Amino acid sequence: MEIKSVPCRKSFTDTLLELAKKDKNIVVVTTDARGSVTLTDFFKELPAQAVECGIAEQDAVGIAAGLAQSGKNTFVCGPACFYVARSLEQVKVDVAYSQNPVKILGVSGGVAYGALGATHHSLHDIAVLRTFPGMNIYLPCDARETRKLVQALVKSPVAGYVRVGRNAVPDVYENDDFPFELGKATTLLEGDDLTIIACGETVYHALQAGKRLHAQGIKTRVLDMHTLKPADEEAILKAARETGRILTVEEHSRYGGLGAIVAELTAEHCPVKMRILGIPDENAIHGKPLEIFHHYKLDAEGIYETALDLVK
Amino acid sequence: MQVKELMLQAEKNRKRLVEVVEIAKAGHIGGGLSSMNMLTALYFRVMHVDPKNPKWADRDRFVMSKGHCVEALYSVLEARGFIPKELTDTYGQFNTPLAGHPTIEVPGIEVNSGALGHGLPIGVGMAIAAKMDAKSWHTYVLMGDGEQGEGSIYEAAMAGSHYKLDNLVAIIDRNGLQISDTTENVMALEPIADRWRAFGWDVQDINGDDMQAIVDAFDRIDYAAGKPHLIISRTTKGRGVSLMENVLKWHHGVPTDEEYRKAVEEIDARIESLTK
Repeated sequence: MEIKSVPCRKSFTDTLLELAKKDKNIVVVTTDARGSVTLTDFFKELPAQAVECGIAEQDAVGIAAGLAQSGKNTFVCGPACFYVARSLEQVKVDVAYSQNPVKILGVSGGVAYGALGATHHSLHDIAVLRTFPGMNIYLPCDARETRKLVQALVKSPVAGYVRVGRNAVPDVYENDDFPFELGKATTLLEGDDLTIIACGETVYHALQAGKRLHAQGIKTRVLDMHTLKPADEEAILKAARETGRILTVEEHSRYGGLGAIVAELTAEHCPVKMRILGIPDENAIHGKPLEIFHHYKLDAEGIYETALDLVK
Repeated sequence: MQVKELMLQAEKNRKRLVEVVEIAKAGHIGGGLSSMNMLTALYFRVMHVDPKNPKWADRDRFVMSKGHCVEALYSVLEARGFIPKELTDTYGQFNTPLAGHPTIEVPGIEVNSGALGHGLPIGVGMAIAAKMDAKSWHTYVLMGDGEQGEGSIYEAAMAGSHYKLDNLVAIIDRNGLQISDTTENVMALEPIADRWRAFGWDVQDINGDDMQAIVDAFDRIDYAAGKPHLIISRTTKGRGVSLMENVLKWHHGVPTDEEYRKAVEEIDARIESLTK
């Protein structure tokens, strides 16, 4: 795996800083997480647009809601595991229910803090947040897509949750010339034998698996589902109709996430053979993120094997 | 409004509150009655708001953190001209925009509340926003005393002090009762004033059943003091309806026809004497 770009969290904050320099209405809120979010430069360069809350996620999300309610374009940023657990009620009530268009950046999401254990994993966030009316969910797959996502989010009037990882990831997109629209899946490979739908860091692995399957003569469609809510239902149903088999891959519990989104939709409108790759109902094993990916078949090899089983 | 007018307005608002609870057959009446002096003072004297333009950019902000006492807020918003009487009368009916806790669907309400311990962090965010934009509007947050058990309040207490938010006024409706018992039996709060002073707040400990004391407290606030303000408003739960005063079961409850008649009679007598 060749890594050329900065981590997604850095791409996020660099882009946000660039935009905030031109728009003083953009503000960030954090919880003693300037280093882990990569907000150190933002706090240095635009201290008047940055709010430190200390280790107090409930307060931070409430403060972010108050700022947004007062017209500030507010991004509250910190580890995903805490914002979607400790401060979940503030996310539900102060942000989503109150229709305050706060953007929550959850860094080091999924199993990015692999060895630190389940306290630091966030494998439930999609499942929980997608049940909150007024809350959109995004899992970008690489640095370039994250940049485009931030550029779109500063103009979005709806609350949103963005989950990225910790380490730099290989580029899915080699240059900036690719389509990106909130709520629209991006097709990375065309095919009509099966579709692999992935989100976040699993997209790269899905793409590698897809290429290998093509080399074996299995024409595999690969979709980058960067927006989990509202999900691109048209792309999912098109894949169901045209390829008849769908494999979903997510760094998330097998319950309630991308696999569930696809299964719920296809079950009603176009039932297809499916496999859902994700973390089973157990506390994820401890290890480096890629070791964990491998263990749960979320890497290219595991996806490839599962796809072969699906087309058997 | 001056003190006597405020007292009269508070009694009219109490009467409407009892009526609204009676119509809807639901409501947190005890805490609504205890906080009615404060709500009346805020909306009829202290806050700069425009009922014709509820989203006026330079308005003072109010957050009803003790959201369960929403019927009191509806009564005051109606009296102040934010919502028509016909709308308030729909409270408790199927599909009414008036929920049992505050929502932004109602003109004059800034945020949805009802889960306790949320108002102060939001108020801190509002106050920071005003400071960022060098705006002179103030933020007022009304909390309950039972609510003081929520830890998120103390996160916000630290932030309010850290950011020297002298444009923020928090109020505790200190009626001494919560749903299951006295606050001191459930989880003791005293010495509550010392605790908040230790957090770096400018604290006033007043008799909130006395309108003059409320007016004096707001008049004393120095909005350039470099620290946030807290008014501990010591009140009587069920204030103004003698059969409900300091009676635990009136945390929420609907009066019988006889109780309702007595309540209105008492309030009417005070309205009459204040009108003279």
